[in-house]
Amino acid sequence: MNHIASVSIRSSTAALDVPAAALRWHNLRDVALREATRLSAILVLVLLGGVIVSLIYGAAPVLRSEGLSFFTTEAWNPVTEKFGALGPIYGTLVTSFIAMLIGIPVSIGVAIFITELCPRPLKRPIGTAIELLAGIPSIIYGIWGLFVLAPFLQKEVQPLIISVFSGVPVFSRLFAGPPYGIGVLTAGIILSIMVVPYITSVTRDVFETVPAVLKESAYGLGCTTWEVVRNVVMPYTRTGVIGGIMLGLGRALGETMAVTFVIGNAHRIAPSLLAPGTTISAAIANEFTEATGALYTSALIALGLILFLITFLVLAAARYLLLQLERRAGK
Amino acid sequence: MNLKKALLRPWVLAAAAAASVPAALAGDISGAGATFPYPIYSKWADAYKKETGIGLNYQSIGSGGGIKQIEARTVTFGASDKPLKPEDLEKKGLTQWPMVMGGEVAAINLPGIKPGELVIDGPTLADIYLGKITQWDDPALKKLNPGVKLPSKPIVVVHRSDGSGTTFIFTDYLSKVSPAWKDKVGSDTSVEWPVGVGAKGNEGVSGNVAQFEGAIGYVEYAYAKQNKLTYMKMINKAGKVLEPGTETFQAAAANADWENAPGFYQILTDQPGAKSWPITGATFILMPKQVPNAQDALEALKFFAWAYKNGAKMAEELDYIPMPENVVKLVEQSWKNNIKDSAGQPIWK
Repeated sequence: MNHIASVSIRSSTAALDVPAAALRWHNLRDVALREATRLSAILVLVLLGGVIVSLIYGAAPVLRSEGLSFFTTEAWNPVTEKFGALGPIYGTLVTSFIAMLIGIPVSIGVAIFITELCPRPLKRPIGTAIELLAGIPSIIYGIWGLFVLAPFLQKEVQPLIISVFSGVPVFSRLFAGPPYGIGVLTAGIILSIMVVPYITSVTRDVFETVPAVLKESAYGLGCTTWEVVRNVVMPYTRTGVIGGIMLGLGRALGETMAVTFVIGNAHRIAPSLLAPGTTISAAIANEFTEATGALYTSALIALGLILFLITFLVLAAARYLLLQLERRAGK
Repeated sequence: MNLKKALLRPWVLAAAAAASVPAALAGDISGAGATFPYPIYSKWADAYKKETGIGLNYQSIGSGGGIKQIEARTVTFGASDKPLKPEDLEKKGLTQWPMVMGGEVAAINLPGIKPGELVIDGPTLADIYLGKITQWDDPALKKLNPGVKLPSKPIVVVHRSDGSGTTFIFTDYLSKVSPAWKDKVGSDTSVEWPVGVGAKGNEGVSGNVAQFEGAIGYVEYAYAKQNKLTYMKMINKAGKVLEPGTETFQAAAANADWENAPGFYQILTDQPGAKSWPITGATFILMPKQVPNAQDALEALKFFAWAYKNGAKMAEELDYIPMPENVVKLVEQSWKNNIKDSAGQPIWK
């Protein structure tokens, strides 16, 4: 028995020995795949490192001459070469905040409608329309914002907002005139439209992963649609939804062309949301080609470094948040 | 073997492509810089190519970019709307000369107001851009425009968001006419604007002005004309009310004293003379004093000489002002004196 087995094993290895070249070839391919993928992964890290190093190198002159005040002042004067990044930082954060404030509820609402409430024949068209929105180049949003949305806001909406809130504490400062049409608020609105398709398509996809049996048992217990969404769908998909929101936030933080068109490109921090402002990416896009002088160029590169850090911090915060949520859900 | 062949093939193709590219581009003049003269440079280049077969590869990346590229010697010539100061030219080993001139106007958007109906002077314009005058029915504007019914509307100030020679010319003018402007803001290709919204390029500013009621912006005259914007008349240094146009731009240019301007460093704003349009400027070409490639440099100079000689009409069609003949003579003399090959011999003879 033993003998036979060993023979059969030997013969089978012998049988494998015959196409040894093929085996080696397979092996080689495996090694090649492993090395190629490893190399790609390392390349990404090297590129990332290279970007950071070159940003820091480029930003060094202005950081040396301005010191920490680069991050805390809003002066941006190419004539006297006094540079401060607070204006663009403020604009970036505020426009993204407005975009999220409007974008998140709308996107999640659309996703819930498509997955839970939408009549079947409408499901496809609405889904496709949302995806098409994601495919529109940002410059088109910018042009639409400048030629359609901004004049509409200037003539119809902003005078109304200004008169409604005049006299109301805090809000009267937040919505103080004159109505330019373009400004921080308009940029935030455009951004919110741009992030909706991103958040919606991710949220819709994760909503659809909720097992039907869970939802059906909840309905069976007499839950309303609201209760099903609130207590079954949302907890089940939390991680994915936050991932979608982060994707949208990433787009909002870095969006350049559409914002440049409608934000007014002024390096100032005004209490009013109707006033013009600027964002980091808009400032770089506007000024880089004509930035004369080493310090000016360096200040713009430093802005890029700050945007890099902001994006990194946001992603890290999101990771941390997810971790906390998972830990709590685990308990 | 097969593998080797497959690996080799792209290299062969790439090598072939690399070998053929310079051949295709040989003879083309390369330049980079200001966007303001781009329309006329490309028009000249078209006509020149038809005549001589030599093309121009001009990247309109902005004056700042043009200066950087010529400093790095990656192009044969650079173009800038802001002339370099003589000492900077010396430091960078460059020489410069004016190529063509143009005027800027204040364009506005006020329903019911026709082009040229409103008049403004320099100090008032500066006050608007300083944020001191915020309403269209401000007493200063009323005083300049008796008989015109000015609306009680907020002024939407529009300026360039990118660095620009157009901005340099405009802010240089405001600095000359308003001590407060000179003190607080100064003049450069981009400045710290006290008020207003920024837009990219002459197109951006004209677009914004056309969009927003109550807007005012400064644009190159050709853009205001093409976009049918409402321009304002201006009161010049001599106190005369002027209409913008070739005649008044030329008058400002004729007053300039090019002969006694070292390195042709001459800014044409706020010139004396009854007919001088106050916001006029020239755009400049920059070339190294010692050129890395004499043949390329000579081709470029030939193109410029041709443009001076044959390009005046084309320039006027696009609302640019050609350089007067005496200035052209000075420029060509400066080529002889300043542009040398590696052996120290002048290239232009």
